[in-house]
Amino acid sequence: MFKFLFDRDTWQEVYQSITKNKLRTVITMVGVWWGILLLIGLLGAARGMENSFNRAFGDFATNSVFIWGQNTSKPFKGFQEGRRVRLKLSDARKIESAVEGIEFVVPRNQSTGFVVNGELSGTFNVAGDLPLLDVVQKKNLIKGRFINQNDIEGKRKVAVISEDIYKQVFEKDVEPIGQLIKINSLNFKVVGVFEVKNFGGPQSDIHIPFDTFQQVYNQGDRIGWMMITGKPEYNIKQIEEDAKLLLKNLNKIHPKDKRALGSYNLGADFKKVTGFLIGMQFLTWFVGIATLIAGVFAIGNILLITVKERTKEIGVRRALGATPFEIKRQIVVEAVTLTLAAGLMGIISGGWILILLDSKYGQGDDATLVNASVSLFIVFIALLILVVLGTLIGLIPAFKATSVKPIEALREE
Amino acid sequence: MLEIKQLHKSYPIGDSHLHVLKGIDLSVKEGEMVAIMGSSGSGKSTLLNIIGMLDHADSGEYILDGLLIKNLTEKKAAVYRNKFLGFIFQSFNLINYKNALENVALPLYYQGMKRKERQELAMFHLGKVGLTDWAHHLPKELSGGQNQRVAIARALAANPKLLLADEPTGALDTTTSYEIMEFIQQLNDEGKTILIVTHEEDIANMCKRIVRLRDGVIMEDKKVTQVRANQHV
Repeated sequence: MFKFLFDRDTWQEVYQSITKNKLRTVITMVGVWWGILLLIGLLGAARGMENSFNRAFGDFATNSVFIWGQNTSKPFKGFQEGRRVRLKLSDARKIESAVEGIEFVVPRNQSTGFVVNGELSGTFNVAGDLPLLDVVQKKNLIKGRFINQNDIEGKRKVAVISEDIYKQVFEKDVEPIGQLIKINSLNFKVVGVFEVKNFGGPQSDIHIPFDTFQQVYNQGDRIGWMMITGKPEYNIKQIEEDAKLLLKNLNKIHPKDKRALGSYNLGADFKKVTGFLIGMQFLTWFVGIATLIAGVFAIGNILLITVKERTKEIGVRRALGATPFEIKRQIVVEAVTLTLAAGLMGIISGGWILILLDSKYGQGDDATLVNASVSLFIVFIALLILVVLGTLIGLIPAFKATSVKPIEALREE
Repeated sequence: MLEIKQLHKSYPIGDSHLHVLKGIDLSVKEGEMVAIMGSSGSGKSTLLNIIGMLDHADSGEYILDGLLIKNLTEKKAAVYRNKFLGFIFQSFNLINYKNALENVALPLYYQGMKRKERQELAMFHLGKVGLTDWAHHLPKELSGGQNQRVAIARALAANPKLLLADEPTGALDTTTSYEIMEFIQQLNDEGKTILIVTHEEDIANMCKRIVRLRDGVIMEDKKVTQVRANQHV
């Protein structure tokens, strides 16, 4: 059945009839070339955007929600409205054990501190944190380490500082690890320096051990806020509601009090952005395929004209013994060859565009497009679509070609 | 060789029909060289087309080499044309983007012959019409006479039983016409059965038999003494 595909003569026939009118062939192919170029270019760019997005959020548990206490807006169980809600460490532990679908609950404290190192000083955010923070919000440490369990247990006065602080309160080329800095007049030993990311939720300038913070700032059991991360398969919205309801119960807040607890749902926001990316990819496919179809139709149209021009030639061929099937096959092969050749060129030039995009926007750590590329699978699918569409569109001129009787074809001058 | 009985053919023209062939009886034996003559509209081209299986008759019988040609599918007709018939047209009808050799090899291609054999056989036939040196030239690089010789070589390539020529000299000057006729006569001398449609008396007289058509019926069917074309050249 497909033996003719491996026959040199088939391809010679195709080559001859395609090269007979080069300009027409080129113009015909432009449509398909452009379609596949668009598809590859846009899909690659969309992928690049997604990659850069994932890289920015990559080390951050995106399925998370932050909850903190505010003032109540409804009186409840003998309490007046306007009471300040202070969340406690025990609340965090209870949420962790009672709410379904939770991965981690990270209690955090935050305050500001005046940092002094010799002649240099500045005011920065200081956060009391557990080692767990490094799991849900991966710190990119340039030097040293993050807070560990020993720091917590020993209530050590150690600090992990951001790169900015390091630059501000240290002289150039001074090794910060092991140095002492003053935070609110207390000496802390620097054990690590981390790099701040563009994205990834709230950032602090200085991390000190959770228990140290409690002691130094006289916090007792109170916590500033908590970060709750859900397991990937659970809906973070639901977790937020469950956690809030439990917190209201524990802190004697009216169940319908909307103001008592503040929260920010990173997971829901993140979903919006990824939804946008998915939408963009869908749009790309839609535009790309629509352009492809238009291009293939252009090929079909041109072949139809070609067939009309070649009526006589086709008549001669049939007088010489070409069966209608052979004529049809020839025209379909021509159509598929044209679409495939144009498609391959489109894929190659699409690749060039991606290389260009990558060299222009894909370099460095905060690149707009990271690894803008298209998978081979997609390329394969695109080629398959081209072959199928090429065959289908080729059938129209093919049937047109053999619908004319050879006698009429020959009579045409 | 060829047996035609009570052949009728009409074409629809608007609401009415144009009765082109009104009961043709014709019998051609092997090795004959027949000229079919008639003014335009006499039905001679239609008759040739039916004999060439390019068209079909409305009624009547057509037997070619003992084979009843009736209700052929397009595919079967294509196979028969390829196997039994060689065509020579007034306007040569060579494929303009193929060189002489490829044009001659085309019927062999449709026979499914292997490339190498095909080229050799095509070269042999080109040699017979004296165009070996022009094998790789395109039709536009050849003269009218040369083109018709390529067309003859093409018609012969598949070794057909019957050669059909539709005004083979219509587009050529007298000298070239006689050259072409000389070739055709030689082919006939070698035993090929040939049917020529023409309206030129001198060309018809170079055949062995003349069939005159008028208004769809055979007016005259006579054997003639063949005038050799080379006497004129």
